[in-house]
Amino acid sequence: MNGNLWFPEPIHWTAPRTLVALVVLAALALLPAITGMLGSDYYVSFGTRVLIYALAAVGLNFILGFGGMVSLGHAMYVMLGAYAVAIPASHGVTSGWTHLAIAAATAAVLAAGVGAVALRTSGIAFIMITLAFAQMLYFGAVGLKDYGGDDGLTVAERSVAGLYDLSNPTTLYYVALVTLVLTLYLSWRTVLSPFGLVLRATKANARRATALGHPVFRYQLTAYVVSAVICAVAGVLLANLTKFASPSYGAWTLSGELIVIVILGGIGTVFGPVVGAIILLALEELLPSLVEIAMPDYKANWMLLLGLFIFVVALALKRGVFGSLRAGRGDSR
Amino acid sequence: MTSQLLFSQLLNGVQLGVLLFLLAAGLTLVFGIMSFVNLAHGSLYMLGAYFGAAVFARTDSFLLGLLAAVVGAGVVGLMLDRFALTKLYERDHLDQVLATFGLILFFNELIRILWGPSSVFMQVPAALADTVSIGGITYPAYRLAIIAAGIAVAAGLYLLIQKTRVGMLIRAGATNSNMVAALGVNIKWLNTLVFALGAALAGLAGVMAGPIVSVQPGMGEPVLILTLVVIIIGGLGSIRGAFYAALIVGVVDTLGRAFMPTVMRTLFERNTADAAGPALASMLIYLFMAVVLALKPQGLFPANAGATR
Repeated sequence: MNGNLWFPEPIHWTAPRTLVALVVLAALALLPAITGMLGSDYYVSFGTRVLIYALAAVGLNFILGFGGMVSLGHAMYVMLGAYAVAIPASHGVTSGWTHLAIAAATAAVLAAGVGAVALRTSGIAFIMITLAFAQMLYFGAVGLKDYGGDDGLTVAERSVAGLYDLSNPTTLYYVALVTLVLTLYLSWRTVLSPFGLVLRATKANARRATALGHPVFRYQLTAYVVSAVICAVAGVLLANLTKFASPSYGAWTLSGELIVIVILGGIGTVFGPVVGAIILLALEELLPSLVEIAMPDYKANWMLLLGLFIFVVALALKRGVFGSLRAGRGDSR
Repeated sequence: MTSQLLFSQLLNGVQLGVLLFLLAAGLTLVFGIMSFVNLAHGSLYMLGAYFGAAVFARTDSFLLGLLAAVVGAGVVGLMLDRFALTKLYERDHLDQVLATFGLILFFNELIRILWGPSSVFMQVPAALADTVSIGGITYPAYRLAIIAAGIAVAAGLYLLIQKTRVGMLIRAGATNSNMVAALGVNIKWLNTLVFALGAALAGLAGVMAGPIVSVQPGMGEPVLILTLVVIIIGGLGSIRGAFYAALIVGVVDTLGRAFMPTVMRTLFERNTADAAGPALASMLIYLFMAVVLALKPQGLFPANAGATR
C-alpha cells in the first residue's frame, strides 16, 4: 500500500506489539536449541503443538477477527487434515505433499459447500450452523469403521515431504514454525490488501458493503474457504505430531478452544493467535501441576479453573493480551 | 411386527422430541428476548438430572426429586442471570459463546468434584416402572409419562405466553425489548424471569431424562447441540417453531437410528450398509437442518425477526 515490496504497512520497530512479536518469534525459533541443551525432547513436542494450535487459530482468526464470522466448527477442518494423513498412510501413501494436497483439496471443497449454506445466515444462526456441520462430520468420522471409527487411527509412518523427513521431531517443529510464519505473513498481507479491506468492511457493516457494490457473499465464502484450508494444514501437522487421527480432533470443544485462543491473544490482530496459543497451552500444561501443589486431592479437576479463566477472559479481556499492546499507527498487526 | 416396531420407535422419537422441546423452549426464549446465546443451557439440564437423582435417592420420592431438579436448576439459572451473565447481555455473541463455553467446563468439573466422574444411577419411579399396552404394543409407562408431562408443559407454556400479562410482556420483549423498557416495564426483571423459567424447564428435562439416559458429567453437551439444531430449524426465538422442530428432530433422529441400517441394507451390499448406516443415521438431522436452511434461512417458523437482527 505504501509501495513497499515486502511490507504492506510501515513497521514501527519500537511499538510494543512489534517488539513482542519479534521476541516471541525469536524465542520460538530458538526453542529446540535451548531445550536441546537441557536434553529434553518433551518441550519440542509441546512447542510443536503450540505452533499447530497457533496455525489453526490464525486460520480461524482470518474469518473471526477480520470477517466477523463466528465459526464454532473449525475443528472439523483440523480433523479433516489429520485424516488426510492417516487414511492415505494406512494405504501406504506416505508422501507429505500428497497428504497436504488431499487435505487442502477436501477442506476447500467441504468449506465451499458448508460455507455456501452457513453464510445464508448470520449472527447466532451462523454460530450454530457451523457447530452443527462440525458435529455432522464428527459423527461421520465415528462411523468410519474401516479406519478405526471412534477409536481413531494410528499413523504408522509420519509424512515424508520432499527433502524433509517429518519423523525427526526437530524437523517437524521447524516445518510447523515455517508454515506458521508464512501463514502469518500471507495473512498480514491479505488483511491489508484490497480483498482484506472489503472483508473487514463486511465485518463492520455488511449491508453498507453490499450497498457499495461489493459481492459480500463471495468475499465471505472465499475467506471461509481460505481459513478452512489453513486449519486443514494444521491438521496435517497435528497428525504427524501425534501419529494419530481421531474423531476427537473434530470435537466441538476444540472449536471452542480455538476461539478462546483467538480472543485471548487479541481478535483481529494478525499475530494475536500465536500469543493466545502460547498462553492457553501453557496454562493447560501448568494448571494441573499448580493444582496438585495447592490441593493434591483435586488434581484431576483443574479444568474447573480453566473454565473460570475462560469466563473471565470473555468478560474482561475485550482486546486480548496481544491486542491490548500499542501497535504504533496502524492497529492491524 | 414391523409396524409395531415402527410405532414404538415413533413414540420413542416423540419422547425425545418432548425433552428437546423443554430445553429448546428456554433457550429460544432467552435468545428471542435477550439476544443471548447460552451454551451452558445443557449444564442446567445436567444439574437438573443430578439434583433429581440425589434427592430421589435420599428420599425415595420421585416427585421430590422432580421438585428439587426444577427448583434447583431454576435457582442456579437465577443466580447465573443475576451475578454472572448480566454484563454479557449487551456484548456481542462471540463473548457470550466464549463465556458460556467456560461455564460448561466449570459445571462439568464441579459435578465431577461433587459426585465423582462415573455415572450416577437413577431408577425409574416405582409407580411407572411397568409397561402399558397401547394399540397392540407394549410400551414403558415411564416414557409415556414423559410424553404426557412434556405435552402438558407445552400447553402450559402456550397458555402462559398467549393468555397472561407476563406472557404478553415476554412476547413484546421478544419483538422489541427497548420499546418495552421505554414503556415502563422492568425489562431486567422480565429477563431474569425468562432465564429462570428456561433454566427450570432444562432442569425438568434433565430429571425426566435421568432414568433413561446415563447421568454423568458432560451429559448436557450432546443434548445441547441437538437443542441448537432444534431452535435453528424452528426459527430462532419462536416457541411454536421450537415445539414442531423438536418433534421433527426427535422423530427423525430416532427413526433414522432405528431403521437407517436396515434401509441401507436393501439399497447397498451388506458391508457398505453396515459401515455407513449408523454414521448416516447420526448425520441425518444435520443434513435435514442443512436442507431446511438452504431453503429457508430463517427456519421453518420464523419469529418476528425484526427485533433480533
